Amino acid sequence: MRSSLRAQSWIIAFPVIALLLWSVVYPNAAVIAGSFENGLGHWREFAASPADREALQTSIVISVASVFASLAIGIPLAFLLGRFEFPGRRLLRAVATLPAALPPLVGVIAFLFLYGESGVVTRAVQHTLGMAHAPWQLKGVGAIVFVHAYTMYVYVFLFVSAGLERFDATLDEAASGLGASTWQRLRRVTLPLLMPAVAGSALLVFMNALGSFSAPYVFGGGLRVLSTQILASKTNGAMGLAYVETTVLALSAVAGLALFRWLDRKRKYTLASKGGRSRRTIRSRRIQILTSVASAIIVIGLVLPHLMVVLVSFARDGVWTTQVLPPEYTLENYRRLFSESELWRPITNSVSMALIATAANLVVCFLAAYLIVFRRFRGRGLLELLVALPWAIPATAIALGLAATFNRNDLLTARILLVGTFWILPVAYFIRDIPLVASAVESSLRQMDASLEDAARGLGASWLLTMRRVILPAARPGLVAGGLLAAVTAVGEFVASVVLYTHSNRPISMEILAQLRALAFGTSAAYSVLLIFLVLLMTLAARSFEERVA
Amino acid sequence: MTAAPKARTEGGADGGKVGALAVNEVTRRFGDYTAVDSVSFEIGPGELLALVGASGSGKTTTLRMAAGYEVPDAGTVTLGGNDITRVPPERRGFGMVFQHYALFPHMPVEDNVAFGLEARGVNKVDRLTKARAALANVGLEGAGSRAIQSLSGGEQQRVALARAMVIEPRALLLDEPLSNLDPTLRHTMRDDLRAMLRRVGVPALFVTHDQEDAFAIADRIALLQKGKLLQVGTPEELYHAPISREVAAFIGRGAIVPAVDKGKGATVTIGGVARELSVTRPKGAPEQFAEAYVLLRPDTLEMSRGAGVLAWRGRVINRRFAGNIIVYRIQLADGVTVEVETASGEAREDDNVSVSPLKGPFPLVPG
Repeated sequence: MRSSLRAQSWIIAFPVIALLLWSVVYPNAAVIAGSFENGLGHWREFAASPADREALQTSIVISVASVFASLAIGIPLAFLLGRFEFPGRRLLRAVATLPAALPPLVGVIAFLFLYGESGVVTRAVQHTLGMAHAPWQLKGVGAIVFVHAYTMYVYVFLFVSAGLERFDATLDEAASGLGASTWQRLRRVTLPLLMPAVAGSALLVFMNALGSFSAPYVFGGGLRVLSTQILASKTNGAMGLAYVETTVLALSAVAGLALFRWLDRKRKYTLASKGGRSRRTIRSRRIQILTSVASAIIVIGLVLPHLMVVLVSFARDGVWTTQVLPPEYTLENYRRLFSESELWRPITNSVSMALIATAANLVVCFLAAYLIVFRRFRGRGLLELLVALPWAIPATAIALGLAATFNRNDLLTARILLVGTFWILPVAYFIRDIPLVASAVESSLRQMDASLEDAARGLGASWLLTMRRVILPAARPGLVAGGLLAAVTAVGEFVASVVLYTHSNRPISMEILAQLRALAFGTSAAYSVLLIFLVLLMTLAARSFEERVA
Repeated sequence: MTAAPKARTEGGADGGKVGALAVNEVTRRFGDYTAVDSVSFEIGPGELLALVGASGSGKTTTLRMAAGYEVPDAGTVTLGGNDITRVPPERRGFGMVFQHYALFPHMPVEDNVAFGLEARGVNKVDRLTKARAALANVGLEGAGSRAIQSLSGGEQQRVALARAMVIEPRALLLDEPLSNLDPTLRHTMRDDLRAMLRRVGVPALFVTHDQEDAFAIADRIALLQKGKLLQVGTPEELYHAPISREVAAFIGRGAIVPAVDKGKGATVTIGGVARELSVTRPKGAPEQFAEAYVLLRPDTLEMSRGAGVLAWRGRVINRRFAGNIIVYRIQLADGVTVEVETASGEAREDDNVSVSPLKGPFPLVPG
């Protein structure tokens, strides 16, 4: 019985592991191998290039600065919303996670419209102060960190909020009973106990910022970071150098991961969830007003990018030059999107590629999660590692790996030609979203009582019936949530797309960029609005599916 | 941070002398719900008072008002005669032991114990010395560097106690200190706890839902029900002279049966058989109650098989062997059910038996 179960585990596990080795490990191994194709030649080239040294340094500076900026926004906001009651709290809570709903490139564009050289806020300040030039430039490290902080503080906010919610309020009471002042409690009890949440979110921000492409690409000016440098090398045909840069980028990510693990190594405790404490109402009238005013400003700051994209999507292309706000409004941008097949194409491309990738994610990740949670077999540890691996590899590196590997048909080396075809992007999206979907399904399955499977089979149910009637329903919430996240990220994906797209399968994000370059601001904003709308539609679809089934 | 340690605590007698802790007609409402309704009691230095009640009776809320975590909507809290109602917990200088101990999971044992001294600005060497001494006092010498997660429940409880005592508290407050321990440990901890609390010599208030714990540890018991204080007194008073039917029903086991109060004694009639009983009255009760009940405890009744002439007749509905005794649940006439404890018992379920009161006296409560 035991051995037949193990054999069965292997029959399911083998294709899953093989697929992951082939799609996740193989391309990255090919990149590393490629970097050594002429010995250490490419590495010497990399070391000798001042541009590459600068790129590495800038990438790390931007990532670290993004972490600190996100912490500086996310932690106070989580405390304010988690611990205090004040007029406007609900509104602020409702919009606090809004930046995460903005596809990466759309956020960047919104910032360009608002704070760029000809942005609304920039112009408004310039006109008000009667200045001859824009008061600032949205360029360089500062601009990139600014955008990163806006979109990535959400991770910190969500992690720390969850930590605060699970925080055992009696620990705080115990500390105050022992005579600790508010500051002492914060420093010695609350913050140390929130460290796991802070560290977890900081790592997430670091990885995202390191792999970030859109902000450096659009605002970089002359600035070089590793991810843009990789694309530049690839475009110039210097593939060897691109391999080295990709390897360095991936190594930086892994080093960051290891560093965080090491910093967090001493922790042996987990936060007990004995219910948080109730929020304290702010009593002082002065502080109450101050808090409400501050939260109103934050709300405006958070909503403004979304509003701006919507506004610009109605602006007539080509007439918005030196005015503060676009002077002419029209429905023309939308009409053209829906009526011209060339303009409509990216939308069908993005939707179909996202759906294909998500479907593959659901099948593969469900099997992987099932094996990881319920089965004991040799290779389970490997499977766990493979499923988590894409998380540690920046998207640019994943994309370059695919470009380097699937560029010809060669059965001997298990290569097929995907580059230049429609299929290369769905494969890239699939790989990027594996960790997301797998961990969602895993956590659903872990909540299920493991003896249920045994019980079903004890009642005489076949393996397939058990799967269909017991395991799948248990995995459903994770499949829906993970599938939604995967579809949402895939439909707006930019970083891997910019490396791999062709004209015929170009996704929405590439079209937004192309229109922006052609100075068709209205059209690019209309695409952005449509993208936000698609994300909203998917979220609603997933929610109504959950409600109908549950 | 910079304030001198002594200046941090407010209220209470000066010169390190301890005073009595009192709550005076405290009331606490949560919305429409009154959790604590005008409760008063006083605890002298070195005295141990147990707050007893079912869950939802308001005992924890009362404790939290005494500790300063809740501010009463009405009434005051005083220490040594000084009003401390609005003094926040961090300036009361009380030692508190939480139900789940609330030990800081990210600090080793000795840092937990030394935390109160750290908050008072005591230097590291002194506070660790004191913390180790406090740990030795609770029988945990040498455990200072251990992680909280490696401690058993009983050890955690001792660490929590050491942490509360090392600050030389002016009162000790304990929330269900024994409820998380297994039964054997619980019995030994009762004795240890009582000994340790007496040694400190400050007012000690502890909350428990378990009257056995209260009997074993407390000098006096305050019984709460639905936010109201039913009775304060020694365990003996509550057991032998409850002042109301509610107290009689909550404390110990027994059947509460209607009686006719004759002043000296009382008559209980069940199934037409009247028996004259000697009674104890609550302290300060009138000579005679218009309507009265007698509390028949299992150890104040005897049972024999068959029908006695002057005995109450009934039928055994349940027999429970409890080691040294056997407990019978007996259905009498008029819908009265009593329990009887006997050392030897040959009756079985469904047997007809007769039940007679022993000498007494029996607690008498007003209707």
